Amino acid sequence: MQVALFYILATLSVAGGLLMVGQKNPLAGAFSLILSLCSLAGLVAMLHAEFVFILQVLVYAGAIMVLIIFTIMLLNLKKEELQEAPVGWMRLLLTATLCALGAFGAIQVFGEVDPGQVELATGFGNIESVGRSMLSDFVYPFEVISLILLVAVVGVVLLAKKVI
Amino acid sequence: MIGLHHYLYLSAILFFIGAFGVLFRRNLLVILMSIELMLNAVNLSFIAFSRHATGDVDGHVAAFFVMALAAAEAGIGLAILVMLFRNRTTVQADDLTLMRD
Amino acid sequence: MATWVDYAIIGGKAVFIWGFALTLLPVLIWFERKGAAFIQDRAGPNRAAILGIRLAGFIHNIADVVKLLMKEMMIPPHVNRTYFMIAPVLGFTFILSAFAVIPWADTLHVAGREISMQVADLNAGILFILAITSLNVYGIVLAGWSSNNKFALMGGLRSTAQMISYEIPLGLALVGVFMVFGSAQLNEIVRGQGELLFGFLPKWGLFVQPLGALLFIVAAFAETNRNPFDLPEGESEIVAGYHVEYSGMRFALFYMGEYVAIVLASAMIVTLFFGGWQVPYLPTEKLVASADTLLKIMLGVGGAGALAFAGLMLFWAKRMKDGGGFGDLRDKEGIVLGLAHIAIGGAMLFFFWKTLSLEALPDWGARTVALVAQISAFAAKTIFWCWVFIWVRWSLPRFRYDQLMRLGWKQMIPLSFVNIFVTGLMILVMNR
Repeated sequence: MQVALFYILATLSVAGGLLMVGQKNPLAGAFSLILSLCSLAGLVAMLHAEFVFILQVLVYAGAIMVLIIFTIMLLNLKKEELQEAPVGWMRLLLTATLCALGAFGAIQVFGEVDPGQVELATGFGNIESVGRSMLSDFVYPFEVISLILLVAVVGVVLLAKKVI
Repeated sequence: MIGLHHYLYLSAILFFIGAFGVLFRRNLLVILMSIELMLNAVNLSFIAFSRHATGDVDGHVAAFFVMALAAAEAGIGLAILVMLFRNRTTVQADDLTLMRD
Repeated sequence: MATWVDYAIIGGKAVFIWGFALTLLPVLIWFERKGAAFIQDRAGPNRAAILGIRLAGFIHNIADVVKLLMKEMMIPPHVNRTYFMIAPVLGFTFILSAFAVIPWADTLHVAGREISMQVADLNAGILFILAITSLNVYGIVLAGWSSNNKFALMGGLRSTAQMISYEIPLGLALVGVFMVFGSAQLNEIVRGQGELLFGFLPKWGLFVQPLGALLFIVAAFAETNRNPFDLPEGESEIVAGYHVEYSGMRFALFYMGEYVAIVLASAMIVTLFFGGWQVPYLPTEKLVASADTLLKIMLGVGGAGALAFAGLMLFWAKRMKDGGGFGDLRDKEGIVLGLAHIAIGGAMLFFFWKTLSLEALPDWGARTVALVAQISAFAAKTIFWCWVFIWVRWSLPRFRYDQLMRLGWKQMIPLSFVNIFVTGLMILVMNR
């Protein structure tokens, strides 16, 4: 049951990714990416990460993708503007070689890692345990991230203004 | 049974698909979305390690930070894109050659 | 390992909550029409009839359904077909799946099992609802964009901007609730509302978080695109809105999706701020302990009420006959209802007489009675809040778009920050 679920979700996410980079129309690509993101959320839920699962849906599929789709719709590109130069076969060959090398390297590195059974605490992945860890061990990155987000918000508002 | 390896291979595949999109697509929107896919692949890898290798929630916290940064970066990238579109009415990376010529 | 019994229980709960939400739909549509008429001092729909029986306008829903089914589901030639057909499905499905985390009664301990009365008892339950609310935006934005119509696009984009703007005060108002009740699990929050504040007030979310409740309720109105925030659809009356190009059953899906969103918003408000399934002053243990008294009271009062209603119906039937009657099935309406209620009242009083000598119920019986009482409390409170949604719609004028955005960003977000800060201070002070 778990194996079947994993393979279904993995296939959906890879298919979503491939469709996204393959589509000419960025809106269709955006929807394929949403499919991929929701499948990834399911995969992290299978890894007992309840809080991150909800965050994936809330932040990625619910906020970032809405933003991207909003922008695509506002830009409202006509069909002629979407034409791109076709990808040459040399580039494809180069990419496939790099991927194969990367996969080989991954197998070499990960093939030896055998972590064995890890005991999980009762509240693993809970909002409480993640929050506790974030506010005690990682409080400095937490504060820095909030500053970064503030800078990003101010930057976006300034960039998108027509008259400063 | 599904072990650490499965998740790591999936993460690697998704990362390479995203990298392909960034390198070979010319449409700026698709480039931005491919960056998001790469960040997601890394998130999956973090969570998989957290569950199978360490057993504590440091990976979840890291995934949270990656998500927050991805949101900030997507916002700013889109703002730049909108400004670019306003000035040049194009979103193809090939047409932005002002600094090259 | 999960046996088939576990799956059957989850399936039963899913069917129950699905049935609850969808059964409230015609009731809400009836409330809307009759309520609007009542507020506007007119009669409302009272003509649709089956062989003369009008049921005070309830039959009108059937007429509505038939009309929507029979209308031509036209796809205009200039729309983007795939997205056009997917959009209403998205809008309706996500909202219905958000009901999975709403608890409608306390955990039932029966036959050695603990059955929680929610389909999914997620640890971060409230965040799930927020996530679904975020996903809801897609139905609208797709509908607006695929219609290839400037007005639909404007309506869709405005509605999307409104919904994503009001998600922020919605989420921030919840932070105060988390802090006070110490958990994000909805069932824990409702259980926490069973205690007493200052000895006489139930510890409802409304009393410990008044500002948070107000912010959440206003944001919920904005999220469901409901008056006074229905500019994206109120444009329907003037121009179009995002569902201008939809007809027939597709439009019905949008329409139903809006009403299911109202039920969801009411259920959320009730769960977080009005005690959820808690019967006021009667937490679960007291309910279970006094279940026999409760059963006797319910049967006795129910039976007496049914008999009184039967008497009223028969009196009404007699008045109609004296007045000349209508000449169709409506003459028999009073008699049928009267006799049915005599039967019901008689049965309830018979059982009341039989249980009068009962001292204590078996454990599963007591828990079932408590369950019924809690479900009834939840249903009553949710229906009351649905009525409030309808009441506000027909009482208040609509916000203009810039006023709406200013309210969301410049007034509600700072207020929610103040709320979080003050709540934190009070928790710190009270725990010294």
